[in-house]
Amino acid sequence: MLHARKLVLAHFWVAFIAFLGALVLGAWQMYIRSPLSTWINNPEHYYRSVTAHGTVMAYVLPTLVAMGFGYAISELALKKPLIGVRWAWAGFWLVVVGTAVAAVTMASGKASVLYTFYPPMLASPFYYLGVVLVVVGSWIWVALMAINLRAWKKQNPGEPVPLAMFGNVAGAYLWAWTSLGAAIEVLVLILPASLGLTDTINAGLARVFFSWTLHAIVYFWLMPSYIAFYTIVPRAIGGRLYSDTMGRVAFVLFLVFSMPIGIHHLFADPQVGAGFKFVHAVMTAMVSVPTLLTVFTIVASVEIAGRLRGGQGMFGWLRTLPWDNPMMLAVTFSFIMLGFGGAGGIINMSYQLNETIHNTQWVTGHFHLIFAGAIVLMYFMIAYELWPQLTGCAPLSAALVKWQIWLWFVGMMILSMPWHLVGLLGMPRRMAYYDFTHPELQPQAWTVTVSAIGGFILLASGILLVYTLATARKKEGTVVAPFTFSRTAHPSAHTPVALNGFGLWVAMMIGLTIVNYGYPIVQLASLKEAYVPVIPIGSR
Amino acid sequence: MSATLPSHESEAIAVAAERRWTWIVGAIIAVLILMMVVTGVHWASMPPSRVETIDVKTLHLRGEFIESNLGTAIESDGRVVVRLIAQQYSFEPQCIAVPADTPVTFRATATDAIHGFIIGRTNANTMVVPGFVATFTTSFSRTGEQLMPCHEYCGTGHEAMWGRVQVLPRDEFMAKARPGERLSCVAR
Repeated sequence: MLHARKLVLAHFWVAFIAFLGALVLGAWQMYIRSPLSTWINNPEHYYRSVTAHGTVMAYVLPTLVAMGFGYAISELALKKPLIGVRWAWAGFWLVVVGTAVAAVTMASGKASVLYTFYPPMLASPFYYLGVVLVVVGSWIWVALMAINLRAWKKQNPGEPVPLAMFGNVAGAYLWAWTSLGAAIEVLVLILPASLGLTDTINAGLARVFFSWTLHAIVYFWLMPSYIAFYTIVPRAIGGRLYSDTMGRVAFVLFLVFSMPIGIHHLFADPQVGAGFKFVHAVMTAMVSVPTLLTVFTIVASVEIAGRLRGGQGMFGWLRTLPWDNPMMLAVTFSFIMLGFGGAGGIINMSYQLNETIHNTQWVTGHFHLIFAGAIVLMYFMIAYELWPQLTGCAPLSAALVKWQIWLWFVGMMILSMPWHLVGLLGMPRRMAYYDFTHPELQPQAWTVTVSAIGGFILLASGILLVYTLATARKKEGTVVAPFTFSRTAHPSAHTPVALNGFGLWVAMMIGLTIVNYGYPIVQLASLKEAYVPVIPIGSR
Repeated sequence: MSATLPSHESEAIAVAAERRWTWIVGAIIAVLILMMVVTGVHWASMPPSRVETIDVKTLHLRGEFIESNLGTAIESDGRVVVRLIAQQYSFEPQCIAVPADTPVTFRATATDAIHGFIIGRTNANTMVVPGFVATFTTSFSRTGEQLMPCHEYCGTGHEAMWGRVQVLPRDEFMAKARPGERLSCVAR
């Protein structure tokens, strides 16, 4: 049972309220740049909005969900109260204060650098300090997850760590090392320049440090959803987890292969040589392995549910699946978006095909489909699953939940498919407006309108999410059933020692990152000519 | 099915299916990597890659990127080279003339923020980072004018930073080009 209810609830509420705000901005952005509206009077307002949308969606929402879900997993999977609840609250408040500081700075137009903050453009130091506070708060969570696992292992020597906790701690370690790249960039390069201590900056080196974080952060975002795939979905639809070991393999492979691949974001950059670009492309191919394994294991787990309900033959089990169950719908939608997004990702990461779509609207389509689509949809389901435990309410209305995820799925497809299409036609991303009267751009105008409609459907879905969660009330006489995780199909299978701890995998993670990033970083840092004057933003 | 089999037998079947899939995954990854190697080596298709620095504080005063040297040149060895600068919020030159069906080498750098460009529906696509020279070679099969937007956020005027590329038939381009001169399609 959950002891730290207030703590987990606080994380989810701040996450979803910030999410709703960012969703409003996103829908406005889609509208203002579409042919439905006239050109925006002050483009800076658009970039201000994009900065806030990206900062909340990329840093605030997933960090709070991972933290809140992580604390819940620690109690529910290890079956003991969380150690360090006070520290957890301290971490939470650091995230909240950091978010508020960054939000005020962004809203006053002092930080319109977009959430990827590429120097030599520099925002007000308060923006970066806000982001740093968010990250420091999340590091407290990392430490607490490690401490809680250690304490459990001491009390249960030799026992296999529950899969949910294993994935949770893998995600925590992954994030600790992932966030280091941007942390170095901000603390060593950006903040001294933003504070006025230095007036030049190495833009190429900053991009390399950021790429260390920029790709691996995706796997930090994805961890809660993958934990839900393995440890909640099979139980929620009445199936069994096909293989516990494969789940562990997937989690440790993410740990090993997430970091040494970030330079695939820099294929078109002049500051990294061909050799390291190729090595990172190959490693990126490797990181698709855990996802391909997960797809197999989860589909097989779902198949078990279909067969237990009497499904026969090659495809008969599909018909007998519990299609009216919200979790069944959610995992289906999530996998469809994961499929399209993953296929797009393989195009992005391939050494050559990237040239066709680099920095076009395709890329925006890709990460919305895979993160905002496949991953965030599962964040909703995690909240719906935990809500009765957190608030003591009866299970949420299946009709409302189904409406919400249907709208999210349909909205996300309508938003992102036109983006993929025009990306192939060369439409650049991050533009406050387009000249749709130009004969080359006029034929693409309809796609921007369609995407805007998708944006509004997503906003409706977000409002429904918050409404559903907010109106879930404690009713007299409601008895909340204890939370359970999925059972495996073959519980007798033993867990290999290497897959019950992280030593080997963390060592490989650090080693591979140093091999793949060490030389480019040292080489760039020693290039004196590469230091260029900074450009402060919002100094007017 | 599993109900009729003893547990260890059904488990063996499950493990075998899993192992088969692992092999398929391995094969998919191997094919992808092989494709990258073959296209890279066989067609010399590579992302723009050479770590070449340039001092932004002096690039407008001396060297390759002074104003009179920007535009399209036919080098003494016959190569067609386009030199351009990206700056907030325009390209210099704003209109680039290139011959069709000819290898064209682009050399670009930035004077202030990070920029980038993509040329119409082609694969000509690069980041332009201040302090570095981006170099890549491509060829254009379709004649006519294409748009060349800046595709990296570079500040408040980013949305207005669009250049143009005119792809001329090879003969027409060669007739216009004079040795030692720099060609562009900017209206005088």
